[in-house]
Amino acid sequence: MPSWVLERRPASLWVRPLIPLAAVLVTFLLTSVLVLLSGKNPLEVYYYFLLAPLSNEVSAVEVLVKSTPLLFTGAAVTFAFAAGYWNIGAEGQLLAGAIAAAGLGMVVKGWPPALAILVMVLGGFAAGLLWALIPALLKVRLAVDEVVTTLLMNTIILFLISFLLNGVWRDPVTHFPQSPTIVEEAMFPKIVPMSRLHLGFLIAWVAVGVCWLVLKRTGLGLRMRAMGLGAEAARFAGVKVNRTLLIAALVSGGIAGVAGASEVCGIHFHLIESISPGYGYTGIIAATLGGLNPLAVGLASLFIGLIETGAQSVSRALGVPIYLGNVVEATLLLVTLSMLLLQNYRIRRG
Amino acid sequence: MDIETFIVGLLAATLRMATPLIFGTLGELISERAGILNLGIEGTLFLGAFVGFMVTFASGSLELGLFAAVLAGILAGLLMALLTVTLGLNQHVSGLGLTLFLTGLSLFLFRLILGERSVQPSIISFPKLTPFGDLPVIGPITAQYSLTYIAILLVPVFWWLIYRTSFGMNLRAAGENPEATDAAGVNVFHIRYIALGLAGGLMAAGGAFLSMAQTGSFTFQIVNGRGWVCIALIIFASWLPKRVLWGALLFGGMDALQLRLQSTGLNLPYELFLALPYLVTILTLTLTGRNASAPAAILKPYRRE
Repeated sequence: MPSWVLERRPASLWVRPLIPLAAVLVTFLLTSVLVLLSGKNPLEVYYYFLLAPLSNEVSAVEVLVKSTPLLFTGAAVTFAFAAGYWNIGAEGQLLAGAIAAAGLGMVVKGWPPALAILVMVLGGFAAGLLWALIPALLKVRLAVDEVVTTLLMNTIILFLISFLLNGVWRDPVTHFPQSPTIVEEAMFPKIVPMSRLHLGFLIAWVAVGVCWLVLKRTGLGLRMRAMGLGAEAARFAGVKVNRTLLIAALVSGGIAGVAGASEVCGIHFHLIESISPGYGYTGIIAATLGGLNPLAVGLASLFIGLIETGAQSVSRALGVPIYLGNVVEATLLLVTLSMLLLQNYRIRRG
Repeated sequence: MDIETFIVGLLAATLRMATPLIFGTLGELISERAGILNLGIEGTLFLGAFVGFMVTFASGSLELGLFAAVLAGILAGLLMALLTVTLGLNQHVSGLGLTLFLTGLSLFLFRLILGERSVQPSIISFPKLTPFGDLPVIGPITAQYSLTYIAILLVPVFWWLIYRTSFGMNLRAAGENPEATDAAGVNVFHIRYIALGLAGGLMAAGGAFLSMAQTGSFTFQIVNGRGWVCIALIIFASWLPKRVLWGALLFGGMDALQLRLQSTGLNLPYELFLALPYLVTILTLTLTGRNASAPAAILKPYRRE
């Protein structure tokens, strides 16, 4: 009788891309418990979840709209995580970018639109970078762990936004806590007419592409990935660890900042407190699901965009609470993280 | 409002605001002392608030509700242990994942059970204890929920547990040097499982306080970042139980103060008071640097090779 042995040895290369796919399957099996609890048929629910949004053009485009901020935050998180810098602060950096875009969007009146939009993107990048600066400096100068500091910066900026929206930026006409509408020149043009899909989607893919290029095709990327595997070993091999960490942290913050600018200039046209329902955290899910490979992270972001659209369609069609989407996303993160362990093992005939 | 009423009200509110922070931070303390950063805290508070409310709403028994909340919290802690201790996964990503999961699950079940209602369902919350009756000053300050008294009593209990029992010694050892602890014949995995279970129960009790004592209802913003306040508080308290109490009173007091300043109608940037705990924590980190008092093995999974 043949017996099988589990060995602690890296799995074959072809196994790696299969792990996220298997994780998706396991996630849907696990979450169908909740679907059964709601008295619905899991197959029907998952049809509305995964296929219905793609069945017509309007909702298929909406998938792309929903994936736009996640493409940015997924790329941002990937860029930092790949270098072993655990940036939990993409959420706050996104909000910093949103503040900058809302502010700049009031002053670029009369500018050529191309220039105004460039200013929006660069302003978002700079703001995200600045918000990432304090934890990054604390890390490289004082060796203060970045996990907690980046996390706390997320909450601090929420108070800053509340301060702005309840004070100087409160809408002068409606008195709603929202900033004045940005000028037309700063608004991102639509890619698909009569939809919400805007230029941000394309910029997001440029960000994903640049991350891929830097991480996989440059010396800097090689040094970053070496640090991701072990900072001490990288230092020993001659990598300037602090400098590389700083680059990873700040570029990551910058990309997340552009996500905020993209939401302001492409979707809302002003700053509101609830501008991000946790895109920074969802970016961590995308980065994990994509195994820190920027292109795969891009695909993962599209998939999460599908889940978010699907949760709406399930809720509309079958009355299943929309929060099923949140549960599916979180489960997907935990299951993927667990199943990635499998890439350290192989099964062979013993 | 005269100054005496203002101060008495402020002190009473400070104790009330500090209660969930004491529960949450003691939970995080025991978890981090065992070597695990538990970012599932925000979600566990939320779960505790939800389960406590829901079970009380369904059964009419506050005691049963609290018991169920703590039990749910322990289960959440054990799930964290499965991820970070048994599987040795990345602690911060697991913790955030747990928070997202527990928050989503609570929201889903809340909607599933109660549907969308125009009127928020509510429960009759815990009564306040009034040990000093109508005495001036001391009477209103000490008129607090039993959970507040329990939270304050838990601080010396946890000091004793951490510093004066063999479990506490093993706990600290597991958080500082798991290899040596293991070599000394103490099962690091068991210690960390117990610590995370205990931590989850405490966090959920803190969440239950919000829905079952302070408000008597469950809203989606009920926790509102208090878990992250606890994470900051731990650093502020240098991982010491006694300082957790002072820190929680300070942070809670800040919250109570800004609420009062907001209601006076004075045009003050109350957000600054809310952000202050975080700013102070980051300043503390800048001054102490290098996390001098953090448990050495935190964030590092332990594997026997």
